[in-house]
Amino acid sequence: MVATFWAFVQKEFFHILRDRRTLFVMLGMPFALVLLFGYAVTTDFKHASVAVYDQSGDMWSQRLIHQMQAGGYFSVVASVSRKEEIDRLFRQGKIKVAVVIPSHFGESLMGCEPVQLQLLSDGSEPNIALTLVSYMNDISTRFVNEALGSSAQWLISLQPRMVYNPALRSVYMFVPGVIAVVLMLISAMLTSLSIAREKERGTLNLLLISPLPPLLIIVGKVLPYVLLSFFNALVIIGMGIEVFGMRMWGSWPFLLLSCLLFILTALSLGVFISTRVRTQQTALFASLLGLMLPTVLLSGYIFPIESMPTPLQVISNVTPAKWFIILLKGIMLKGGGLDALWVPVAVLSGMTVFFILLSWKSFKLHVE
Amino acid sequence: MSIQVHGLVKRYGPLTAVAGVSFEVAAGEIFGLTGPDGAGKSSLFRMLTTLMRPDEGGGKVVGFDMLDEFLEIRRRIGYMPDVFSLYEDLTVRENLNFFARVFGVRIEDNYHLIREVYEPLKPFEGRRAGHLSGGMKQKLALSCALIHQPQALFLDEPTTGVDAVSRKEFWDILYRIRARGVAILVATPYMDEAARCDRLALMQQGRLLTQGTPQALLESYPHHLYAIEVAQPWRWLELLRSHPKVHRAVLAGEVIHVSSLEPLDLTYMRQWLVDSGVTAANFYPVQPDIEDLFIALMDQKAHPTGL
Repeated sequence: MVATFWAFVQKEFFHILRDRRTLFVMLGMPFALVLLFGYAVTTDFKHASVAVYDQSGDMWSQRLIHQMQAGGYFSVVASVSRKEEIDRLFRQGKIKVAVVIPSHFGESLMGCEPVQLQLLSDGSEPNIALTLVSYMNDISTRFVNEALGSSAQWLISLQPRMVYNPALRSVYMFVPGVIAVVLMLISAMLTSLSIAREKERGTLNLLLISPLPPLLIIVGKVLPYVLLSFFNALVIIGMGIEVFGMRMWGSWPFLLLSCLLFILTALSLGVFISTRVRTQQTALFASLLGLMLPTVLLSGYIFPIESMPTPLQVISNVTPAKWFIILLKGIMLKGGGLDALWVPVAVLSGMTVFFILLSWKSFKLHVE
Repeated sequence: MSIQVHGLVKRYGPLTAVAGVSFEVAAGEIFGLTGPDGAGKSSLFRMLTTLMRPDEGGGKVVGFDMLDEFLEIRRRIGYMPDVFSLYEDLTVRENLNFFARVFGVRIEDNYHLIREVYEPLKPFEGRRAGHLSGGMKQKLALSCALIHQPQALFLDEPTTGVDAVSRKEFWDILYRIRARGVAILVATPYMDEAARCDRLALMQQGRLLTQGTPQALLESYPHHLYAIEVAQPWRWLELLRSHPKVHRAVLAGEVIHVSSLEPLDLTYMRQWLVDSGVTAANFYPVQPDIEDLFIALMDQKAHPTGL
């Protein structure tokens, strides 16, 4: 019986390895998603392109420009000598911000006269512009304080924005979200597709009238996906830590067991879908609409649950990904254990048992 | 008896696919099942392989009860469904190996069972099953169905979409499997294959119209049959059907088969053909084949008083 089981698992691995496109998606997607969310879809910036129009050109203006770049938020890509050039650079999308330093900058500062720095930012991306303006505000305030040595103004310049690195916040949001999406996709969708494919091709009928017990057929089919999903979860967590400086405060065994629990939840959903559909196409639609959309939209991964209308908040409770994200954030960010996080663990376990029983009931030894 | 079933009924909603079928197949016998698409052949196969439970009726397959001991039956039969049902992304060898291991046997131990079927596939062992020709796919499917030494073999239209040479080879192989005492139930849409079976049943609208050896079935042909060889035969069908003594006129390949409820006078008919403008025609009595019999029986069923 063990040999039969391994024959089955081996066959499943052949299916997965031979289907190059799916394999590529499965192994490439975690990287693509993490990098996408880590770099592209983020509200924190580094090295925003800046043009400087230095009308003064003295030692003090040079120091300001130097200080702007030193923080790593801005990098000066152009020094211009006419205002029209700034407009051109904006239109070409080469800069996000332009700083205009007025003439007699240093003299004015030394004379304690008010100086007005002009800061132009790209209004078509309001969030980015606002963030950059606030960064620049901090830099200029500090610069003035350092230059004039005024103790009173030094206090004002202590803005907490600069101390806190916002990048840390978004990484804790998107890493659990990406894990949830990837595991749903691989565990639930690919499993349901793979079983539906055997139905469609008629091979499930041959398996059914073989001496294989149905439980072995199901376990044999899902085992390779468990391994692949687990591998992907490790890759995503690893990238969050290595590439994005995420810190892990909780217990590793608890974290890994939580991932395994969510994989089982997703698999039980996938198996359940496959017992209810006849073709790969319906399996695909069922998993996309029933699993992927809630995972992305209702789990709190992209849109905060607190700001949803009440009916959607209620529905979000049956989205496994919501509980998984709560669980993962609790472990990684707060270092929580089972005593603090027993609710999401219980919900996910309950869902898994529920769907396994439901699939068990609808898996038949005969066809209709 | 290796297969012994009685009164099998299968309904899909309002539709009755199998409407009370009874027959027996002995070990070492090839039992053929022929009939038009939708006659209920595949549903019957699914019931016999225990894939589907009959709504009524029952019986024994390889000595076990279809309803209560279906798990015992499942490990002792081989089944080739009507569509190619192997893994197209696995190679020839991997498919065979998988089905062998599923049934807990080793290819080496049972190779003698499949040697004649599998030998032509040997050069293509590394090829994916999806890239095989129709004839080779069918040989592979038969190999996979035979590897665990089944006592009964269920072949649902195994030669559909397979060229004539491969079909002949396939039947030679079936005879050798029969010689090992395996009961073989085979569905076929081809009348020449039907004639090769030890016994044969004609199925229509969920019922077996008749069953017996091909010889006995042909002897039971109820009408008198004649052939007409003529150029462009289809042009004359309507004319022939207008003759009061002609019961049916159908195309049988290149010739017209004309059946009559009473013997026809050859001289009179030949003259009638010439008078009707059918020149250079050759009219002669002919032995019915399975197809003629089938047409006659279907006719009888549609018009029971027509005889």
